[in-house]
Amino acid sequence: MDGKKLVRMANEIAAFFAVDPARSTAIEGVATHLQRFWEPRMRRAIFAELDAGATAGMHELVVAALQTHRQKLEPAAS
Amino acid sequence: MYSNKVLDRGTPERTCTTTVALHIDGVQVHVPAGTSVMRAAIEAGVKVPKLCATDSLDAFGSCRLCVVEVEGRKGYPASCTTPCEPGMKVKTQSKKLADLRRSVMELYISDHPLDCLTCPANGNCELQDMAGVVGLREVRYGYEGENHLTGTKDTSNPYFSFDPTKCIVCSRCVRACEEVQGTFALTVEGRGFGSKIAAGPTDFLNSECVSCGACVQACPTATLMEKSIVDQGQPDHAVVTTCAYCGVGCAFRAEMKGNEVVRMVPHKDGKANHGHSCVKGRFAWGYATHPDRLKKPMIRQKISDPWREVSWQEAIAYAASEIKRIQAKYGRTSVGGITSSRCTNEETFLVQKLVRAGFGNNNVDTCARVCHSPTGYGLKQTLGESAGTQDFDSVDFTDCVIVIGANPTDGHPVFASRMKRRLRGTPGKEGAGLIVIDPRRIDLVRMPHVEAEFHLQLKPGTNVAVMNSLAHVIVTEGLAKEAYVRERCDLVEWEKWRAFISLPKNSPEALAADTGVPAAQIRGAARLFAAAPNGAIYYGLGVTEHSQGSTTVMTIANLAMVTGNIGRPGVGVNPLRGQNNVQGSCDMGSFPHELPGYRHVSDAATRELFASVWGRPIDHEPGLRIPNMFDAAVDGSFKALYVQGEDIAQSDPDTQHVQKALESLECLIVQDIFLNETAKYAHVLLPGSSFLEKDGTFTNAERRISPVRKVMPPLAGMADWEVTVAFSNALGYPMHYDHPRQIMAEIAKLTPTFTGVSYEKIDLLGSIQWPCNDAAPEGTPTMHEKQFVRGKGRFILTEYVATPERTTRKFPLILTTGRILSQYNVGAQTRRTENKVWHDADVLEIHPHDAEQRGIKDGEMVSLQSRKGETTLRATITERMQPGVVYTTFHHPESGVNVVTTENSDWATNCPEYKVTAVQVVAHAKKSEWQREFDTFSATQEAFVPKTAVKGETS
Ligand code: SF4
Ligand code: SF4
Ligand code: SF4
Ligand code: FES
Repeated sequence: MDGKKLVRMANEIAAFFAVDPARSTAIEGVATHLQRFWEPRMRRAIFAELDAGATAGMHELVVAALQTHRQKLEPAAS
Repeated sequence: MYSNKVLDRGTPERTCTTTVALHIDGVQVHVPAGTSVMRAAIEAGVKVPKLCATDSLDAFGSCRLCVVEVEGRKGYPASCTTPCEPGMKVKTQSKKLADLRRSVMELYISDHPLDCLTCPANGNCELQDMAGVVGLREVRYGYEGENHLTGTKDTSNPYFSFDPTKCIVCSRCVRACEEVQGTFALTVEGRGFGSKIAAGPTDFLNSECVSCGACVQACPTATLMEKSIVDQGQPDHAVVTTCAYCGVGCAFRAEMKGNEVVRMVPHKDGKANHGHSCVKGRFAWGYATHPDRLKKPMIRQKISDPWREVSWQEAIAYAASEIKRIQAKYGRTSVGGITSSRCTNEETFLVQKLVRAGFGNNNVDTCARVCHSPTGYGLKQTLGESAGTQDFDSVDFTDCVIVIGANPTDGHPVFASRMKRRLRGTPGKEGAGLIVIDPRRIDLVRMPHVEAEFHLQLKPGTNVAVMNSLAHVIVTEGLAKEAYVRERCDLVEWEKWRAFISLPKNSPEALAADTGVPAAQIRGAARLFAAAPNGAIYYGLGVTEHSQGSTTVMTIANLAMVTGNIGRPGVGVNPLRGQNNVQGSCDMGSFPHELPGYRHVSDAATRELFASVWGRPIDHEPGLRIPNMFDAAVDGSFKALYVQGEDIAQSDPDTQHVQKALESLECLIVQDIFLNETAKYAHVLLPGSSFLEKDGTFTNAERRISPVRKVMPPLAGMADWEVTVAFSNALGYPMHYDHPRQIMAEIAKLTPTFTGVSYEKIDLLGSIQWPCNDAAPEGTPTMHEKQFVRGKGRFILTEYVATPERTTRKFPLILTTGRILSQYNVGAQTRRTENKVWHDADVLEIHPHDAEQRGIKDGEMVSLQSRKGETTLRATITERMQPGVVYTTFHHPESGVNVVTTENSDWATNCPEYKVTAVQVVAHAKKSEWQREFDTFSATQEAFVPKTAVKGETS
């Protein structure tokens, strides 16, 4: 999967949730959305971006969501 | 005219709850107050002769054939215009009445050609019938006097002709065009004997006429006549079925001669359309027997190979072996399927079942991805159910309508006629207010007897800003329906939302620079909507096909809740769905994250339920959505796709990326009635069946499940559902169904909102709106009546985020795309009908100012360029556009509009942003490189199909 494209998509998700005054709700919103709508290989690919340190272009809520909710977001090995 | 086998009650139904008792020919009858004497009589089984009256139109009282006697009254009143009164004693037959009627008929017939035996209406003509009924035996006036028998026939419309020599000037056609269709194309010219019917100063084709056919079925004579009847003769039987074009889901009588359709006439008892239709359903069904129809399965190894015609068995066995091979090599999730929003519920259900249980993953999606997926998401989040809240009839009770991002007169014409009627008002009831939110001046903004109070002509991509500012005005000016909100909505979320929406950044003044809409207009529109006792919001793809598509759907739900407009007739959130069964395909579990009935695959109990009935475990992870499938194909992890009745190569954005993805597949299985654009990349081609060739159901935009009936055998021998069954069996996942009714029984068993649905009940009721279960055994016209499906309505914060697509010096214009009346979606069907006379190519609409700056003249070829690609098409200069915005449609593959559109998409659902692309337009006569390649590729692919595999002219 095109990691850059996934980062852009995740950023757009973050832009929606960012308006919530409670930061934890916003982070939770991003994480839940990724969990419910992103197929495992997409989530795997965005973790690969994160792990490769490609966080410069990532919305900070995306970084936070991936880091805080890694366990529930990381798909089981296929 | 309408079939004389169907009872015509003469005047429209009245629904008043008070009844009136009277005597007709000595028999006591009870009817709702306001009912005409004519209707009362006909309902009591007493036939009153009539010519100018028909039950789809208000009575007019011009022919005087329907005269009756009323005890205690002088003279002979026309029964069609006389309302029933308590205690009335009516006589419909007497010597005097018979004489009067005979002389009326004598006058008519004296000016009518007596060629009944060779007339196409022979056997289905009211004039002929009435001559018989009144016992006309002689005509004393000869043809020597002045008459109308020399008029010339107007055959300009491709589907019906107008023969003025047969016209009796009853004006039923004129009234049908006004009252039913709302187009006002016809007039009665001249007076008295000289009066005649005219479509303005021109012929039908060049007039305002939109070819809906309402005048044709209203005409009691052969004056307005379907050409198909002229060619084929009168039908011998009729079957009630449902239009396969748009999400209005009109009911039709397919009038047949043996296995041949003679004409399609809208069904009077159809609850979505009440006897009305548009040009597509009424006339454009010829594609079903078009010579291009595929009739033989075909396979090939590579897309550079010619097709090899094979048996069904061989094609299906090959497809199954490829899926198995690919899964063995690349893994379980390397394959997927796409269900069709044009196929039936039962067929869609089977395809997703095949993917989930047979392929063993959730890689199933549907074309709703590219249209209304944000509706599903947005409404589920806010209200709790992924569907519109009303039935179409609801519009009759509304006081103010918002139409946002929809062009109903082109996209949903039959519903638009209903809406226009409400906007015009009816005697005693003032028309409803109208607010149009659209970058283009769509027809509804101003048309005969309809004018929008406000047209908020926003810049494309700023829907959320406009909707937020409307809500801002309502909240900050104290216009919110707080009592409603307190009773029905989640108050924590409400307080949060109220604080957010009241922020100065959401005011119309602050947002005017982004939206381009003057603040005063927003304030005026907000006040108008908030003041209406019943306000309804209708929307279409101009809402969903944006990077903030889902957010806009939520703003719509927010606005409806804050104004107390959900849960009763006349209000609501009304998505106007595109394709005939897009609601159904979503209901049937076509999305990769949801099982039928919108239940997430992560829900263990639901998975268990399905696993127990299907005998296979269900994957708990969401699958790939269509754009993700393309990305995964390009990246090499997705290798095979089964596509039923969709044309992703033409309909999806960023064509070159899609082509690359399709070329990367090792096995593409396409099932379609034509060699569509996607099929040109396929390895297995399975002939599909048209809606006339199978049984099943479609679900329209109002959640109405309507019957689809087989009226002719499938051209290639198998209905689409049978193909999926055979495919699944070959794959080693057995399916056993002999008839779609068994599939519906399985759907009902597995889906709580469908438990009460069965073919028997659909036959009984005609159609059913889900939810249909123990709580609502006859279905649910209005949702969320007592409370929201999710319990408390949820306001959601909807921050306006500008689309990433920005105009630049290189691409200074915004392109937005849409549809027109006569063509349907990718046009594969309508392009193969006479509808092409109205639209034989996609054109680019451009404002005179932008055209002039670029030296572009009307009708010239121009090159349309974006950062994604370029294409050449013809320009039309029009002031419907605002400066800076250009518009086109995507009905023709060679125009390559989606070569230009981008990969941007809705943040929540990946629904593509078709509505906003930064472009440049330059005068340029040559085809683009993509178009030249397309021409060569298409020609090669078409030549690969053996002549014997398509229907051809004669078979
Ligand atoms: S065209 Fe038909 S409906 Fe119209 S006035 Fe003539 S007879 Fe009546
Ligand atoms: S076909 Fe429809 S639009 Fe055309 S004249 Fe008849 S009623 Fe009017
Ligand atoms: S409005 Fe839609 S459903 Fe009705 S006839 Fe036209 S295309 Fe068919
Ligand atoms: S039918 Fe009543 S006046 Fe013509």
